[in-house]
Amino acid sequence: MSYRHPVLVDNGGQIPLERIPVLHYDLFADSLLAEYGRGSRVAAYFAVPPGDGADGALEIFAIMARERNGNFAVLRTAIGDRFQSLTPNCLQLHLFEREIAEQFGVVPEGHPWLKPVRFCPAWRPGQAAREREAGLYPPPGAMDYYRVEGDGIHEVAVGPVHAGIIEPGHFRFQCHGEKVLHLEISLGYQHRGLEKMLVGGPHPATARQMETIAGDTTIGHMTAYSLVIEGLVGGEIRPRAQTIRALGLELERLANHVGDIGALSGDIGFLPTASFCGRLRGDYLNMTAALCGSRFGRGLVRPGGTGFDLSPQLVEQLHATLGTIETDTLGACRLFFDTPSVLSRLEGVGRLSRSTAEDLGLVGVAARACGVPRDSRFFFPVGICRKNFDEMITDEKGDVFARARMRHREIEVSIDLVRRLLTSLPKGEAETPLPPLRPNSLCLAMIEGWRGEVVHVAITGINGRFRRYKVVDPSFHNWVGLAVAMRGTQISDFPLCNKSFNLSYCGYDL
Amino acid sequence: MLRVIAERWRQGYRTGKFPAVEPALPARFRGLPALQSGCPAGCRDCVDRCPFGACTIENDRVAIDLGLCLFCADCPACARGNIGFSAEYRLAVRRREALRWQSGASLPPADPLPPDLRRTLGRSLKLRQVSAGGCNACEADCNVLTTLVFDLARFGVQFVASPRHADGLLVTGALTANMHSALLATYEAMPTPKIVIAVGACAIGGGPFRGSPETGRGLEELLPVDLFIPGCPPHPYTILDGLLRLLGKREM
Repeated sequence: MSYRHPVLVDNGGQIPLERIPVLHYDLFADSLLAEYGRGSRVAAYFAVPPGDGADGALEIFAIMARERNGNFAVLRTAIGDRFQSLTPNCLQLHLFEREIAEQFGVVPEGHPWLKPVRFCPAWRPGQAAREREAGLYPPPGAMDYYRVEGDGIHEVAVGPVHAGIIEPGHFRFQCHGEKVLHLEISLGYQHRGLEKMLVGGPHPATARQMETIAGDTTIGHMTAYSLVIEGLVGGEIRPRAQTIRALGLELERLANHVGDIGALSGDIGFLPTASFCGRLRGDYLNMTAALCGSRFGRGLVRPGGTGFDLSPQLVEQLHATLGTIETDTLGACRLFFDTPSVLSRLEGVGRLSRSTAEDLGLVGVAARACGVPRDSRFFFPVGICRKNFDEMITDEKGDVFARARMRHREIEVSIDLVRRLLTSLPKGEAETPLPPLRPNSLCLAMIEGWRGEVVHVAITGINGRFRRYKVVDPSFHNWVGLAVAMRGTQISDFPLCNKSFNLSYCGYDL
Repeated sequence: MLRVIAERWRQGYRTGKFPAVEPALPARFRGLPALQSGCPAGCRDCVDRCPFGACTIENDRVAIDLGLCLFCADCPACARGNIGFSAEYRLAVRRREALRWQSGASLPPADPLPPDLRRTLGRSLKLRQVSAGGCNACEADCNVLTTLVFDLARFGVQFVASPRHADGLLVTGALTANMHSALLATYEAMPTPKIVIAVGACAIGGGPFRGSPETGRGLEELLPVDLFIPGCPPHPYTILDGLLRLLGKREM
């Protein structure tokens, strides 16, 4: 097996495209699998069509995260209409290859599970391109599901419209009695055509689209986008802006983690914590609103810095609010984790082993709950995280309880971090003006959103505009984790399992 | 059990006093647009510059379509920074045209439902929420209405699981092509009389994704809409205010 040492790039770093060699597919495959064998994992894997009007082959870029070195390996190849699937040797690629097949009408030969990802039309006509007739709305989710057959086996289909205020998705359970033998999740209902809209950008609307990739991760996605833009102009923002961004990111984490514990509590029927956390989640969102006027952090982060600065009075006000809601939050969590009936409902449900989590390439809270160390604040720190974050939390059992306890412990770390950030706010400006983007370059950024790593990769063309902009929400990696965690549980465990992952539909569907 | 009671005692009763008391919104909250000063004569920059096409000039005055406006903190429409936002959170209206706000004017408050519908739905309104390409921000700010801070149920309004139990359809999201069938099927499954509420810029006009072949250009092109609640996302109090006005439970 031959091996080409890949090009390396740091988080937020930029490299000229000419420095990334286009490897022959076999060499690319061998190098990628060798990288994988050394413990790297797939952070992004996507196809890039030739630039505007240019002839040329479809190219594939692989971005491999190397926790051990704190940087990323970049590999590049060109493919025709068919290429050899690498999924059988590297499971983490399964969805990325399906995505490439769907977007560009090419066929990864030997893919064990080649099904639609988002039921969207292909970007270009191609051999295997999916098209949608104008005015016709074929139901997404219409595909061959994995089926179990035999005596007493039945199938339960749920969605796309669910029994709550929640995004749409379709779930197909294969059951024997109450026992779930297999769950298949089919998404795509939320597909808004984001990545295609970004081609030729940044457009005036781009920033708002970044903020709405997944509304609950507004700050995470916008920070990743801003890092990409800043990388492409070759500058680092001022320390004050870095601190305000980190503050926003932690408030986002707090709001969602607190909300998730409340939601789990509600599903168990333990109403005290459900009620407390429902309110407290809003209190954290309101802290973000005090910062930037929007509960979801719209407008807080922008390329070059932040849209809002903190006055000493505001710092004081946030300190005071945090003091009050910290006590309430920890009180609400304590009730939850001290109640035996709650714990007995959580323990051992929806278990994922560490090796499954690693094989599937899970990220974020779901991976850490299985004991997999994955936290980009720790391994790939940018900005203020380089000196401010040293407390990666992991758990062991990989069950609903572990995912809940992860959140509880991360809440404690985040509150402490918010307090330290507020106390150590550097002086200076919160914004830096930006020159135009560098042409023919690749830039990538990874940010630890509350759910897990948010990865953005931009490739610019000769005019300095996006030839391709790839977004990988943590949910893209993790949905399959939920499906696997459901095996052997009961249907009635699904709400709990689902909430313990709390994945984004629109972040996956884009 | 004793610990639960103790914690409840400590945290206290926290349901807000809305609508008797106006909500306390953050100082940086962005509500109804407000021009910071007069525009230079003949300037039409905002018409071309707003990426979402929210601005027009009518009778030499700026008009902003609140159904398209995303209430951007750094409003890209005016390089002079002339377009700002006030603290006015009451933005819900009954007709799409009413969202076209003229500078200097106020927004006509949403009228209540006609008397016969109010008689049927006024004291008990069950809503089925459907997200059709929403980013989860509008959804979250609808969901939060059911928490004890807002306690939506005290106004007789509840979100229900089945369209068969619903009197109204509350839609969020950019109306993706992939949700088209499911959205219309949900509407069809509801018994009459039924109302439709569009929450957020995406549902009203496509929001940040307006123009994508995968999204729609507004719920009104698909269904008759009874209430429009603009914002990206609307503040929970904007939504609550709209619902109460619709039911005739809030005037002024």
